[in-house]
Amino acid sequence: MKDEVTSTEERRENLKGMGCARKRVEDVRFTQGKGNYVDDIKMDGMLFGDFVRSPYAHARVTSINKEAALAIPGVVAVLTAEDLAPLGLHWMPTLAGDKQMVLADGKVLFQGQEVAFVVANDRYAASDGVEAVEVDYEDLPVVTDPFKALEPDAPVLREDLEGQTEGAHGPRKHHNHIFTWEQGDEAATEQVMSTADVVAEEMVYYHRTHPNPLETCGCVASMDKVTGKLTLYGTFQAPHAIRTIVSLISSIPEHKIRVVSPDIGGGFGNKVGAYSGYVCSVVASIVTGKPVKWVEDKMDNLMSTAFARDYWMKGKIAATKEGKITGLHCHVIGDHGGFDACADPTKFPAGFFNICTGSYDIPTAYLSVDGVYTNKAPGGVAYRCSFRVTEAAYFIERMIEVLAIKLDMDSAELRRINFIKKEQFPYQSALGWEYDSGDYHTAWDKALEAVDYKALRAEQAQRIEDFKAGKTRKLMGVGLSFFTEIVGAGPVKNCDILGLGMFDSCEIRIHPTGSAIARLGTISQGQGHATAFAQIIASEIGIPADDITLEEGDTDTAPYGLGTYGSRSMPVAGAATAMASRKIKAKAQMIAAYLLEVHDDDVEFDVDRFAVKGNPERFKTMKEIAFAAYNQAIPGVEPGLEAVSYYDPPNMTYPFGAYICVMELDVDTGEHEIRKFYALDDCGTRVNPMIIEGQVHGGATEGYAIAMGQEIAYDEMGNHKTATLMDFFVPTAMETPTYQTDFTVTPSPHHPIGAKGVGESPNVGSVPAFSNAVHDAFRAFGLVQSHMPHDHWRVWRIADELGLHG
Amino acid sequence: MSKMHVKFTLNGEEVEGLAEPRTLLIHFLRENLRITGPHIGCETSHCGACTVDMDGKSVKSCTVFVAQANGADVTTIEGLTNPDGTLSVIQEMFREHHGLQCGYCTPGMITRVHRLLQEHPSPTEEDVRFGIAGNLCRCTGYQNIVKAVLAAADQLNAQKEAAE
Repeated sequence: MKDEVTSTEERRENLKGMGCARKRVEDVRFTQGKGNYVDDIKMDGMLFGDFVRSPYAHARVTSINKEAALAIPGVVAVLTAEDLAPLGLHWMPTLAGDKQMVLADGKVLFQGQEVAFVVANDRYAASDGVEAVEVDYEDLPVVTDPFKALEPDAPVLREDLEGQTEGAHGPRKHHNHIFTWEQGDEAATEQVMSTADVVAEEMVYYHRTHPNPLETCGCVASMDKVTGKLTLYGTFQAPHAIRTIVSLISSIPEHKIRVVSPDIGGGFGNKVGAYSGYVCSVVASIVTGKPVKWVEDKMDNLMSTAFARDYWMKGKIAATKEGKITGLHCHVIGDHGGFDACADPTKFPAGFFNICTGSYDIPTAYLSVDGVYTNKAPGGVAYRCSFRVTEAAYFIERMIEVLAIKLDMDSAELRRINFIKKEQFPYQSALGWEYDSGDYHTAWDKALEAVDYKALRAEQAQRIEDFKAGKTRKLMGVGLSFFTEIVGAGPVKNCDILGLGMFDSCEIRIHPTGSAIARLGTISQGQGHATAFAQIIASEIGIPADDITLEEGDTDTAPYGLGTYGSRSMPVAGAATAMASRKIKAKAQMIAAYLLEVHDDDVEFDVDRFAVKGNPERFKTMKEIAFAAYNQAIPGVEPGLEAVSYYDPPNMTYPFGAYICVMELDVDTGEHEIRKFYALDDCGTRVNPMIIEGQVHGGATEGYAIAMGQEIAYDEMGNHKTATLMDFFVPTAMETPTYQTDFTVTPSPHHPIGAKGVGESPNVGSVPAFSNAVHDAFRAFGLVQSHMPHDHWRVWRIADELGLHG
Repeated sequence: MSKMHVKFTLNGEEVEGLAEPRTLLIHFLRENLRITGPHIGCETSHCGACTVDMDGKSVKSCTVFVAQANGADVTTIEGLTNPDGTLSVIQEMFREHHGLQCGYCTPGMITRVHRLLQEHPSPTEEDVRFGIAGNLCRCTGYQNIVKAVLAAADQLNAQKEAAE
């Protein structure tokens, strides 16, 4: 084993550890079509479930007749709320402390709501059955506008809550009111507002949209009647939490439940919550004794399964006439739909929206959020976002622009003079967070220089002159965005979901021959966990990443963790991975010292080995140490070489970035062209630069879609107008911009390897950049605020309302 | 519902079976033949996750009846790996350039690219973007897919030249 004559650098490269653009191990399977997604699972005798859904947004269900459906060949059962009620499963708790109908219990609250569950031998028969179930409805007045929902005579949506003045998050002020959440100092903020040189005020709406992963949600429930064990395969972003929830609501003991998340075809927050399909499939499997698969189709997914955003954010921002921000006031009306099914940490009913002071040193602030019921689908999930951070970043980045207009200032400069300074970290924000680290000025300067900001502004000034002179019909917008995220939820002291602390975990076992398996409490949905987490272990322990198998998603084998969403995998499970590695390394040091016949303190770690201090020729490789751990009796040291770490993060991490979009807009058609998109991200220590760049491309493309055309829209009758990919905008390769990525590195001071997480930054940061570009193009003509999405028609309308069509 | 007999060539081998006339090709492939590479994304022919190659054309198998495939020559992602089991040039370039993340669109995307590079052996970036516009990806923003396709075209052309 001592035949290695390679240099330190070669040995390091051989590990493919942190910082290396390691090619993904997942891709060997995925490029050959050998992924294993939930719809790929087929079991003997498996049945297929499908939902009868409500065509009405608000109606009483007066009768359900199953007879015709049950007469269809292949249809095995039809479940309704009446069937689930004896089991207490006609309603289920939501992650937000509310409850939700599994199947319509006397009424429906949104179009597409689950009314009955048809179980059949195959998906075609199930579909026939769905057509044949006869449901009588008596329609009720519909309210889709959250402001109207709060009017005194608004229809009562949640009759089950009638008379309840106390909700899961404090007092309810109205029959359609869910909660009020307040942060900051209201009186002090009012005082600042009343005495400020300048106050800019604006309503900023972040419209309703949907995570829309390409693979919809689904599951296969299989109850083994002999062992009494339930196996539930599904598209779960949090498999352990699902196991606990299933146990709590079904009374099946937790050790009799195995939850497996196989490969997941994109999640983006859509697959965090618990849906009716899961409950119905479990019940159907118990009732029929057969495995039951439910996979929703795209229309089901867009209509019923966890929308995102829908926040009406009324802001007031105060500043001196020189542009120093002195205060921020924000009131939000959050449209939650028919049930409050947000997936936020329990103590944060509006998520981490109180990061809305952004990257700026704002001494005084106040925030209040009112959650409201409407006749729309439930959800409000964090679509590639850490719990309402996207809404918060959009809000503050729009308010900065609105203030810049009021001050007649360049908004790049306005940002610069208000950034939290490097030396102010750790920084206590007025709304309660401790920002761990940052160097905003360096990032901003780098970004402005990279795009030649001054030249862009000069070009834009010329363009405006040309436009006014009739020489062009195109305007040019420069969209600026500087965002600070708050991810890595989170410290158990204030972050939990249904009482489950939001730590995460990693277990590593080193095999006798020096290879390893690691298992985590998270689950990849495309982020490349099997590649990146192995790189952390490789660098920490000195075993090549290629020799490490990484597994996630099987609750029978993986250690308990809270799953993957909110950019928490790297900040929390990544930390657990480093800590578990360090436990192994500490034991390896003792073994090496024993083998080298020196004191523990007389050996030191060197890339892939422990060597005697001052005598690097005397060493034991990790491979040798691993073998010794299994074949030698070492006094005072247990055999084996494995460790587990449950990591409770001391703080969140605060990735940040500077995004700049240069956009051309055709005043007469409303069409846009993205000329340039520059994205600088600081996610702390960079584990795999290739994966980081891929995350930025993808997240920014989702942001592009949201800002420029994607929405979940309803008419006033509550009809869902965007339930297929014909109407719900998902950009193709033709529309999608090309991105120029860049970075700075400001490691997190409290994370074991300094990593902060990156998956969601590009969605958070890009939406304001795109939207600000549209606003900026029309700023010279008097535009202050126009709501997203900025599709061609809406941009045309801006131009029209500004009188630019002559 | 009575079933009909269907027979076609799949990845170079004859396959046959019984299916209701309304059965879609994607369901027959996935459920009867257990060819699970092509995926179901939207079932409305927008997303292209179910793309297969049929008689020399890319088709979305969610809007093709299996009856229409009777007698056809169908290739799926399962038929695109090299005969020795190694990754094809296109597959390898997707891996090399990080042209995939969750992998759900990937089989359809690669199957489409397989045909695109026969239609356009030396495509421009615009040709590639237009040529894959029927295949949606939610993860990558397409930038690295485009890079992978252009790199694959270069490699395939170089191989062709070397062989000539």
